[in-house]
Amino acid sequence: MPELAQARPAPSLPLAESDTLPTRRVKTKAGSRPALRGSLLVRISLIALALAFLALVVLLPLAAVFAQALEKGLGAYLRAIRQPETMAAIRLTLLTALLVVPLNTVFGVAAAWLIAKYRFSGRNLLITLIDLPFSVSPVISGMIFVLLFGSQGLCGQWLSDHDIKIVFATPGIVLATAFVTFPFVAREVLPALQAAGNAEEEAALILGASGWRLFFRVTLPKIRWALIYGIILCNARAMGEFGAVSVVSGHIRGVTNTVPLQVEILYNEYDFVGAFAVASLLTLVALATLVVKKVAERFQGARNAEGVR
Amino acid sequence: MAAAANIAARPGWRPGPLPGFRPTLGFTLLYLSLVVLLPLAALVLKTAGLSWGAFWATVTSSRALAAYKLSFGGALLAGGINTVAGLLLSWVLVRYRFPGRDVVDAIIDLPLALPTAVAGIALTAIYAPTGAVGGFLERHGVQVAFTWVGVVLAMVFVGLPFAVRSVQPVLMELGPELEEAAAVLGASRLRTFSRVILPVLVPPLLTGFALAFARAVGEYGSIVFISGNMPNHTEIVPLLIVTKLEQFQYQQATALAVVMLAGSLVTLLAVNLLQAWNRRWTGHA
Repeated sequence: MPELAQARPAPSLPLAESDTLPTRRVKTKAGSRPALRGSLLVRISLIALALAFLALVVLLPLAAVFAQALEKGLGAYLRAIRQPETMAAIRLTLLTALLVVPLNTVFGVAAAWLIAKYRFSGRNLLITLIDLPFSVSPVISGMIFVLLFGSQGLCGQWLSDHDIKIVFATPGIVLATAFVTFPFVAREVLPALQAAGNAEEEAALILGASGWRLFFRVTLPKIRWALIYGIILCNARAMGEFGAVSVVSGHIRGVTNTVPLQVEILYNEYDFVGAFAVASLLTLVALATLVVKKVAERFQGARNAEGVR
Repeated sequence: MAAAANIAARPGWRPGPLPGFRPTLGFTLLYLSLVVLLPLAALVLKTAGLSWGAFWATVTSSRALAAYKLSFGGALLAGGINTVAGLLLSWVLVRYRFPGRDVVDAIIDLPLALPTAVAGIALTAIYAPTGAVGGFLERHGVQVAFTWVGVVLAMVFVGLPFAVRSVQPVLMELGPELEEAAAVLGASRLRTFSRVILPVLVPPLLTGFALAFARAVGEYGSIVFISGNMPNHTEIVPLLIVTKLEQFQYQQATALAVVMLAGSLVTLLAVNLLQAWNRRWTGHA
């Protein structure tokens, strides 16, 4: 493991805060140029190693998406996206996100409020249960809905008697997506809510604000950016969910295919330009999510620091 | 739903001065029950209907054993790689300033936001024998795509953010005082790192490992494209479950899912214990 071996000498910058400061101090303290040069060498090689790893695992695949999508030019790219089946998949994915994200947002805020503002027995259990979908394989997340609502499932007979279709239809896709993206908003909002404290809320309460007014005028501005990032991340995951949706969708072309499933179909048909063109749309959503995260961190970080003070 | 009764019935809770305890509790439990607990209960009920003999035959078939070996073994290896890479990346991001640092920091989260199917086809495009890196490696005798190496690669991809984000905040909180003290007392750099810094980082490193491991074991989307999906060789447990589902062998799929869930529950428990340990050490989760 060369990474570890090289990582060790790095604390040669014991006073490290910025780059310029420790350099000078190390020099005056040890008075030896080689040590300084050694640490610079270590620093550069560690950065290079980290970047090389990131390039091989994350950056190259990211670039590959766009390179492959545009391999035959912009015309082929646009044609691939405008195929009717792809458009149908985009519509279904948008519909799913439109249903799932607001539901999970309301839940996430309510659950975060509950956990941050009150102490009650079972609170830790609740936190664990909210995290549960994180640790369940997406395939199993889809499967439980098949077991519940499928033709052989627990409610299967009743559903078919009443001519209600859930699995291999849109409701199943929405449910599986809701399950998989369940924790995201709660997970982002909770720390912000905890950092924000209760002082302003209690003041508002004393001044006679109603519960809703208190939430929208006092609390919401404090957690705004964490909430926005939570929603955006939940949205990205909802649009991109593959495993769970793949199990419940039944892969009916143009009807129950979401965008990620459409990517799979095009790919398996060796329509690589098509597959990567559709994939590039999802990649853009992912990149936008990362930008929002950076912005949110900056604003929410400042906000939280203020709250602590 | 046992949780619901538990929370409401026990007299221990204190509503506090702020409004909204009852409505948020009610909505949270209702939604949690409908979306998460009820469907999971279906799995438990379905499992209870399995005969022990059939269950045992399914979960110990040679195909299932090969799949466990790949899923759990690959996830262990990927978790190990991610732990080392997570330490390296968070060290570089926290301690050094270099151009593009903000972009690198943002890109770490890409595997969280990028759909797994997209990751799968993109990794395959690069690491298949026809791809940029895959072609190079092939000429040097290493095949990545369509072998277990590809499976581990995809697992490393999906687990990376967990490994980095577990260590990074702890490293950021770690002020220079400890290292200054060690240096003043005459410790070498190596000794300072191994005896002063590393012990503090062990709990978050283990947390990161467990989270990356859990994510990798369950991963499906990115792996099915790069693995080649050969039964007994490059077939992961989630894929085996999907195969059984597609053949309408729900009993067998359920049995395999129970084994996987048991694995994830143990990991989840380990993560919670580790985080409690972490809090004791560093004061935050």
